[in-house]
Parts: sequence; C-alpha cells; structure tokens
Amino acid sequence: MSDAAHNSLVAHQFDDARQQQEAATVGMWTFLITEIMFFGGLILAYMIYRNQFAESFHAASRVLDVWVGCFNTCVLLVSSLTMALGVRAAQMGDRKKLVLFIIVTMIFGAAFLGVKAYEYSEKFEHHLVPGPTFHFHGVPGHEHAPNAEIFFSLYFAMTGVHALHMIVGLGLMTWLLRKSIKGAFNKDYYNPVEICGLYWHFVDIVWIFLYPLLYLIDRS
Amino acid sequence: MSDHSEHHIVPLKVYFLVFSALMILLFVTVGVAMVNLGPFNIYVAMSIAIIKAVLVVLYFMHVRYSTKLTMVVAAAGFLWLVFLLGITILDYTSRSWIPGSYQ
Amino acid sequence: MDTTSTVERVSATGIISDTIRTNFLNADYGIKSWLLTKDHKRIAILYLISITVFFMIGGAFAAMIRMELITPEADVFTSEAYNKVFTTHGIMMVFFFLIPSIPATLGNFLVPVMVGARDLAFPRINLLSWYIYVIGGLFTLTALVLGGVDTGWTFYTPYSSTYSNGYVMLTGIGIFITGFSSILTGLNFIVTVHKMRAPGLGWFRLPLFVWANYAASLIMVLGTPVVAIGIVMIALERGLGLGIFDPRLGGDPVLFQHIFWFYSHPAVYIMILPGMGVVSEIMACFSRRHIFGYKFIAFSSLGIAIIGFLVWGHHMFVSGQSSYAGIVFSLFTFIVAVPSAIKVFNWTATMHKGRIVYSTPMMYALGFIGLFLVGGLTGLFCASLGVDIHIHDTYFIVAHFHYVMVGGSVMAYLGGIHFWWPKMTGRMYPEGWGRFSALLVFVGFNLTFFPQFIAGYLGMPRRYHVYPPEFQIYNVLSSGGALVLGIGFTIPLIYLFWSLKYGEKAGPNPWRAAGLEWETTSPPPTFNFDYQPVVDHEPYNYSEIDARSSATVSTHSVQEEQHV
Repeated sequence: MSDAAHNSLVAHQFDDARQQQEAATVGMWTFLITEIMFFGGLILAYMIYRNQFAESFHAASRVLDVWVGCFNTCVLLVSSLTMALGVRAAQMGDRKKLVLFIIVTMIFGAAFLGVKAYEYSEKFEHHLVPGPTFHFHGVPGHEHAPNAEIFFSLYFAMTGVHALHMIVGLGLMTWLLRKSIKGAFNKDYYNPVEICGLYWHFVDIVWIFLYPLLYLIDRS
Repeated sequence: MSDHSEHHIVPLKVYFLVFSALMILLFVTVGVAMVNLGPFNIYVAMSIAIIKAVLVVLYFMHVRYSTKLTMVVAAAGFLWLVFLLGITILDYTSRSWIPGSYQ
Repeated sequence: MDTTSTVERVSATGIISDTIRTNFLNADYGIKSWLLTKDHKRIAILYLISITVFFMIGGAFAAMIRMELITPEADVFTSEAYNKVFTTHGIMMVFFFLIPSIPATLGNFLVPVMVGARDLAFPRINLLSWYIYVIGGLFTLTALVLGGVDTGWTFYTPYSSTYSNGYVMLTGIGIFITGFSSILTGLNFIVTVHKMRAPGLGWFRLPLFVWANYAASLIMVLGTPVVAIGIVMIALERGLGLGIFDPRLGGDPVLFQHIFWFYSHPAVYIMILPGMGVVSEIMACFSRRHIFGYKFIAFSSLGIAIIGFLVWGHHMFVSGQSSYAGIVFSLFTFIVAVPSAIKVFNWTATMHKGRIVYSTPMMYALGFIGLFLVGGLTGLFCASLGVDIHIHDTYFIVAHFHYVMVGGSVMAYLGGIHFWWPKMTGRMYPEGWGRFSALLVFVGFNLTFFPQFIAGYLGMPRRYHVYPPEFQIYNVLSSGGALVLGIGFTIPLIYLFWSLKYGEKAGPNPWRAAGLEWETTSPPPTFNFDYQPVVDHEPYNYSEIDARSSATVSTHSVQEEQHV
C-alpha cells in the first residue's frame, strides 16, 4: 500500500490508485449531472412550448429529415460502442487497439458534426433560421404554423449546444489520442480514458433524447 | 500491487448485445412515430429513449459495475431533472383549472 | 516525503512543536508560487482577496442606493442610472460575494484539513475554479465600466432578452463563467468528503462545518447549470436572434422565471448553509459544550438542500403562475423552514449550561442567531400566499432577504474569518476592536434594515428611487444605519490586515477548540499534517478538552501506528 505514495501515477493527495480512480469516476459523474440539469433547462422550454404550440411544432418538425437524423443517431451509437471498446482495450493494456478505437470514435464524431453542418446549411437556404430572414410556409397538410419560429429557435439552441459539446468531446479525444500514442496508459492506470468515455457517452445520451423530441413529433 | 475489483472488464458479447438493442430500439422509435397514436406518441417515444439511455448508462458507462456512490450520483441527476420538469409542468397544466387565468 | 521519523518524534513527545518551521505561507515565495499553486489553502487566500474586492464594489453601490433614498425625489440618479445601480449591487453581492464567500474561502481552506486529507480531491481543478471566478468577474466588471445593466439582478425577460439597452450579454457571460467556478468547487467538495476522509472519520464524526459545505455543494452542482442555460438562452436571443422568450413569437416570460428561480432559490441556501456550519463550530467552542443534536443538525442541512429545490415558485406567486402550483410551493416553503428552526433550537440548547465566552466570533454567531431568526420568520410571512400579494416587490421583501443574507450569511462569514484567522495566518487579531466592530455591525445592520420592514409593509415598492414623502423617515433611518454598518465592515478590514504583521502570534489552538484543524500548526504545513491523522473520538469533545490541563497544547491522542 505504501508503494502507492511513491508511484508517480498516484497524485499526492490520494492514498492509492484505487482511491484516485474512484474519485475520478465520481468526479466525472458529478460533472455529468450538472450537464443533465444544463440540457434540462432547454428540454423544459421545449416541452412547455411544444404543449402550448402543438400544431406549429408538429408542422415545423416535419421540415427536419427523419432519415438524416436517424443516420446521425446511428453514427453516435456506433461511436459510443467504439468508445466503450476503447476503454476495454485500455483495461486490457492493449495500446494499439485503444488508439484505433479512439480514432474511429473521432471519425464518427466528426461525421455527426458534418451531417449537422449540412442540415444547418439547408435551414439557412430555406429561410428557417429565426430572425429577420425567417419565413415558414408550413408543409403540405400542415400549413398553419404561426409559432414555428420558436420551434426553430429551440431546434438551433438544443442541437447547437449539443454540437458544442460534441466539439469539446472531439477536443478531449484529441488529447486522449496523443497521450495514448505516447503510451501514458496501461492496465493499472487508464482513468482519463474512462472519464473521457463517460463524457462521450453522455453526449450520446443527450442526442438519444433530442432526436425523437425534435424529429419524431408525429410522422403519420 | 493493484486492486482489480474496480477494473471489471465487460465481455465483448455484452457490448454488442447492448449495441444491437440500441439500434433496434432506434428503428422502433422511428417506426412508432409513423403511426398516429395521438397524445401517446410522446410517451412511447420518451419511454424508448429512457430505455436506451439506461442501457448506455448501465453498460457503456459501467454504472452496473461501479460503486453504489456512482449509481446514487447518476440517479440523483435524473431525479433532479424530474423535479425541474415535473413541478414546472404542474404549473402549466394546472393553469387551465382556474377560469380566466393567464395561459 | 519521509514520514517515519516525524511520526516517531511526535509520538514520543505528544506535542507538536511549532517554532520556526515550514508552513504553507512560507513554503515558497514569489507571485508564481501563488498563481500556480495547487495548495487549497493558498487558493482559499486568493479567493479571500478577490471576494473582498467584489464585496467592496457591491458595498459601494449599496452606499449609492442609500444616498439616493435619503430624499423622496430623484436627486442623485436618473431612473435608468438608478436601475443600473441596484442591479450592479445585486449582481456583485449575490454572484461574486455571497455564493463563493464561505465555501471558496473558509471551505477551501478547512474542508481538507477537517477531513484529515492532504488536499482536496482535485487541486488543479480548484485552482482553475479561482481563475474562472476571476475571469467571470472581469467580464462583468467590463460590462459595468462600459455602462452597466439595468434589468435587476434577476434579469427577467422579455426586458433582458429583447428590450434592454444595457450590456446584458456581457454581464450574462460573466455570470455564466463564474457559475462554473461554483460548480467546480462543489464537485471538489463532494468527492473529497466522500472519498478522502481520514481513518476513523465516519460521517457522524465530521464537523458540522463539513456537513454544511457538503450540502451547499449538492446545491451548487444541481442548481447552477439551470441558471446557466437560462443565461445562454438570453444570450442566444440577444446575440443570434433565436427568440425563445420573445413575446412577439409567443415566448413566455414566466418560463424564464421558472428556469431562473429553480437555481436562484436554492442559491440562497448555498449562501446560508455554510454560514450555519460556521455557527455550529463557533457555538460549540464558545459554549464549551458538545453541539446539541448533532445528527439533527447534519440531517437538517441535507433536508434544507433537498427541500430547498422544491420551493422556487414562491418568488412567482403574483407572476401569473397557477394558484395550485402556488399552494404547493407555499406548503414546501413552510416545510423548509422546519430544519432551519431545528438548528436554531439546537444552537440555543448548546448554550444551555455552557460556559459562554463572548469572543468576537461568538458575538457574530449570537448576532447570526437573532438576525437569522427575524429573517427566517419574516420569510414565512412572505411564503403565505395572501400576505405575499401585498408585500411582494416591496421593501418588506428587501428587508427579509437582507436579514438572512447580511444578518445571517455575512455575520457568519465574519465570525468564521475571525475564528479561523489565527489558524490561517498564525496571528491573532485585536480582540477589543473585533468585539467593537461586531457590535457596530449588529447595531448598524438593524438600523439599516428594520425600518425597511415597516416601509415595505406600509407599501413602499422596491427598486424605486422616487417615493411618497411619508416613507422618508424610514429611509433616513435606513441610510443612517447603512453608514454605521459600513464603518462596522471597514474596521475589520483594517485590523485584520494590520494583524498580518503586528498581530500576536498564535499557537496551534488558541481557542482550545475541537477539530482536526486545531491539531496542526498555525498556519498549517503545505500538506496539512506531518502525520496521518486517525480519528478515534466523537467531535466537539469539549468536556474532555477542558478536563485536560490547559498547559498541554495537543488536544487529542495521536495513534498513528494503529490503523482502524
């Protein structure tokens, strides 16, 4: 046990590696619950307005492409899988696999953002960005949508804040990749991999809710 | 000498099973949205999303294999979200119970 | 660090020698050693300096308010300027002084020592939290210098999101950034208290100060993000035109109020809980008694933190919220008063048959109990739906919250600073001046705020600088009181600073207090203890401490070799 004090991988305030690892996990989860509450405010706004302006939200939602959103959801789910596999590789001390899985995760993350950028550019083209240029004619069968602009404000706010979190996630992955390549992690020390993984999965979970909320109001 | 009890390695099979479940549930969600269930669409969609989230939390995020403290922290976050959403929605839904109130 | 020889040396003599030795203050010199420190004690001092600056700014704006209100006419400020003055006072005091005050200074300094750890769980995140605090503060001060904000510290929409011409975004960004400082501090405390307690230190042996900061940390972590997203939504609306609260698009101003108060009500418990923790420590020490009802106080702290999240709508009784929701919020507000009352009863019972010492910290603590009582009871008036219709947005509310925030939190903060001053600096402050200032603060405070209850009850609205002449007498009394209060706050600033060089040197335990922090040197070494503390007794063991001879400096037997 006293070896840990001289183990350079255990920071001075901790007694041993296990305490450090548990502290890191609890610490990251505590941060993630702040994120739950952060997105929670947006979800609250969305739920209240969706209830109040049901018809407008219904119409506005139909503008979003279900299959593009579905593709993006798949992309994120795969990236979560590869991230989990990456953590597993770190647990087993397999540096090559860890690096590989981080890279794949990043590729999928970037793909998600690319698709999102495409969707945003489409909205710009069709005058669906709230502000002076906003103009929504409705969709066939759902022409009456006086409050559609609020839907789109929330759409951009929610997916925008989510995308920002994805970008931060990619930043974390870049840092993690560098350290993994340098061999900083082994089967006894991989806390950063684990906690970056937790963050990544969380951002995925947010999208798991965002997709049905925004894209799947009623497509019958 | 390191302690391996926190280093529970999840079998590959579990990861792939969970992933498959997530993908299946995704397509179920899309499918259900194409059916008109009236006011129930949102409840079904959210229920499926919650199941997917729980799967990710328990298996991908290892909460199933973590300390009780980690589980309590995770649960607290979701509980607090329920407080925020639930009580505020209570305000909005109960406004119509009073004639002539601001809505 | 070679601990073996040190342990043997201490075991043999049982006395911790505190002649010239390295402590956290002299361990390293130079500005870099402070600005890049990982030592929680140094970070606490950095916070202490910064929040004092913000307190002075907030205080200056309070002085401006009181100056204007001496006469019923607008003779000092225009309406727009006055709006900016009270907004700035509120923002500075709430976000940049009260919320961080005890947790970031006393909490940062003491929590690791009290749990017997070498530092907090995440020292670098602790330092980061200070930088974030400063950067957020700079953003807000920049907005202030550029012209300020006139929305009130509550920045209600649609005024803040659509119509205000002030620097709402810049101020909002500043507050948003500083919110992260709060979150990171809370996160650090939660993990530290769960994971880093010394051997033998079970939850029910922790000092109540730790329980209090733990409970406040739960609030910091769960509440702050909600006001953060509220600010983001306003920023998106003002900056990118994403109208979420815009009434022209159907936006709902009450929705913003829900989001805002979901945090801002629990925030007041962030402000008071650590203060209550300080009071528990002081009451026990200066009554020379074990705290009465330890578990009740500990659970009450948690109870206040949790129930405090269910009452936010009591700020919105007259805003258009449903009356049914109002009833629920009113009920929970009455319920949340119960744990606070339990604490007041327990502190009082602690004094019973005690040997009271009227030191400066004790005077602040006693003042706290009296003033918090008034503030808390008037809170119940506000919580009553029918009464609130009359007193909402009047000076009654202003008086109520100043009684709890200033009469409560600030008094507790000052009491704590005095109580732990010898521990933090190794110097005693001049006790005579200390007691005099405490008295001045108490008198000045009551003179400032009691007349406001009356003015508010009689109908004077808040945030107005022009008022009917029949209210002038109360305003004049109040402004006079504010002058006394200001002097009362200034004197400690001077003598505390003075004491750093000229104050009497303090030993490890000048108050003969219980607690791990008093078993190490004053000031403590960088890693807090020269040995691994092991706790083998209950907290607040004052009868034991007083039974031992006062010649012995060490107050608890150290059993390093025996692992629990």
